[in-house]
Amino acid sequence: MHGLLIFITAMSLPFLAKKPLDIPPVVSVELIQIAEKTNIPFAPKAKKIIEKVKDKEKKLVSEQAPPKKVEKTKTKTVLSPDTNNKKIENETPEAIPLPEKTVKKIETKEEKKQNPEKVDEKVKQVSEFEKKDLFDPNNIAALIDKSKEESAEVLKKNKDITQDQNKNIENTGLTLSEEDALKAQIFGCWSIPLGLPYNENLLVRIKLKLKPDGSVTKTEILDHARMNKPGQGFYKVLAESALRAVKLCQPLRVPTSGYERWKELQLNFDAREMLEG
Amino acid sequence: MIKKILFLYLILLPINAFALIEVDITRGNLNPLPVAVSPLSIDENSRLSFKKILDREDIGSEISLIVENNLRTSGLFNPLSKDAFLQAPDIANLKPRFEDWNLIKAQALITGKVSYINDKLRVEFRLWDVLAAKEMMALAFTTVPTNWRRVGHIISDKVYQRLTGEKGYFDTRIIYVAEEGPKTQRIKKLAIMDQDGFNNKFLTLGNELVLTPRFNPTSQIITYLSYFKNMPRVYLLDIETGTQEVVGDFPGMTFAPRFSPNGKKIIMSFAKDGKSDIYTMDLENRIVERITNHPSIDTSPSYSPDGKFITFNSDRSGYQQIYVMRNDGSDVKRISFGNGLYGTPVWSPRGDLIAFTKLHKGKFYIGVMRSDGSGERLLTENYYQEAPSWSPNGRVLIFYRETKTNAKGEGFSAKLWSIDLTGYNERLIKTPTDASDPSWSSLLSN
Repeated sequence: MHGLLIFITAMSLPFLAKKPLDIPPVVSVELIQIAEKTNIPFAPKAKKIIEKVKDKEKKLVSEQAPPKKVEKTKTKTVLSPDTNNKKIENETPEAIPLPEKTVKKIETKEEKKQNPEKVDEKVKQVSEFEKKDLFDPNNIAALIDKSKEESAEVLKKNKDITQDQNKNIENTGLTLSEEDALKAQIFGCWSIPLGLPYNENLLVRIKLKLKPDGSVTKTEILDHARMNKPGQGFYKVLAESALRAVKLCQPLRVPTSGYERWKELQLNFDAREMLEG
Repeated sequence: MIKKILFLYLILLPINAFALIEVDITRGNLNPLPVAVSPLSIDENSRLSFKKILDREDIGSEISLIVENNLRTSGLFNPLSKDAFLQAPDIANLKPRFEDWNLIKAQALITGKVSYINDKLRVEFRLWDVLAAKEMMALAFTTVPTNWRRVGHIISDKVYQRLTGEKGYFDTRIIYVAEEGPKTQRIKKLAIMDQDGFNNKFLTLGNELVLTPRFNPTSQIITYLSYFKNMPRVYLLDIETGTQEVVGDFPGMTFAPRFSPNGKKIIMSFAKDGKSDIYTMDLENRIVERITNHPSIDTSPSYSPDGKFITFNSDRSGYQQIYVMRNDGSDVKRISFGNGLYGTPVWSPRGDLIAFTKLHKGKFYIGVMRSDGSGERLLTENYYQEAPSWSPNGRVLIFYRETKTNAKGEGFSAKLWSIDLTGYNERLIKTPTDASDPSWSSLLSN
């Protein structure tokens, strides 16, 4: 009996201990119905609803007096952009609206001065000048890479100096040149999402486990919980871009010696400086 | 004994642990993100049905081309050539071989499927993170088949938002003044098109002169100026129903009507006694309120997105400059101090920047500055260009530029151009006729 119990336990326990299968997270498919017309609510109504919710305790002023309707007129000159729109087809076109008496008159005189939309016509000049250097992705790269090249030059110079110093530095951190080499590499791999706000605290800290050759065995976002919190969409976008940078940069340019020092690394991705630019 | 071991362990523990090395990454590249847009797969029956209805050979490929084109024009993405794709669209949509997509250096992949179900167009799409080898988003849309271009734009918006963290601007329309004929006898019509230049339609016949159409930020209603018996009148036009109404018939000159952010008011300038001031009109009760009262020319008012402030241009300092004031007209502050004249200020929907036209030494510039006047940046320069209008996400500006059509400086042509905030991504927006005074709508679907 005991033997049987032990046998069953021995057989079943490993199964229990087994990790669950690594199934990638399933993203649910969201169904969206697109109407034939746009679904933007008519503004005054929408505004009223918002006000209702916001100022529950306040009296609803906007509800008291229904908007005064000014006579609407359909005109011949207006064509509907939507040819399928039956409403419009059924309606008989009428004459162009005449000035309505309901419209409040404002006394203003003819004025000869300045058109606000046009800056002095006299100064208007024309030429066949057309901007030739339209957008070119390589162009941006060239501009941005300048900084990289510069830092690389400094890095080269530093290398010569710091190599001797390496021996004296305690084995607790990376030397300046080692850090610069790593930074320069990741700068090149990290595509910064340009739509992020620059005035929010967006710092993504990633802990890496590395092999001696610089390949990454494990990445861990230190504030992982923040990723899926509501309202942290920007953080998620930034974190994903940082993870992509690490993946893209593999193997990382790590020092040739002292694996114990850097087998675990923490990278702090902070885009504020760039986005503010 | 156990206590001793524990004690020893505690003493030895710090020796084993190295302090974790931290490296700060504060720079990155702003290169467009390489993305692969696989043609959307389509079964043979659906393909034939859509061919019959829409007269399009392969709607799946065409929708993917819309997405590709949108992403490319944003300047933030680099759609890769389809010739390099190794995986067939239908299989890629089920389970992409990430190694294959990695090989062509794609960092994101878009796949999808189009089908014809119950007389409707159903489009399913998935966005994949190639480097992380996982799905980032999956959505399905159903709509009437004629809406196929909009589906492409909506997919683009979703992808844009998922990858940049910012709302897109592709499912939008642009209203503008279409111009034809010689400069002395110009025919001006109101026209509307999708933001990529397709589905162009004329809204008026060109009998009357139309000027400065502007979208309501909360609906598909526009306001514009038109001349009736040589008198400017402010109109409202509902684009979806075609209903038009006159909001004001003002003696004298009225300029540049524009909606308030909640769509309830119109702000504009009236000229009187050789000066011009800013007024608002409540669209519900038609009450007109005077905002500025100064013996100078105050024009081109534009609200901040929260509605609390108004930016406008005025020559009260002697030259035309940009000012900001509270929405009741108090606390007027000049914000532009550079050389030259400044005009047509427009507040960004994000609230951080004000776009403007600047005239300096015979050249026109479109630029942006912060709402306190700091950080002025000129994005584009030419001999004549003006009237910037923001994309709903505040990243791109559309404006018009006039040029001579031949090398001798003869002829004349006006076209719409867009430029993003980097100042590098400048593009011509194709229109069937000459075009001016563009205004960008808000997103058609949220």
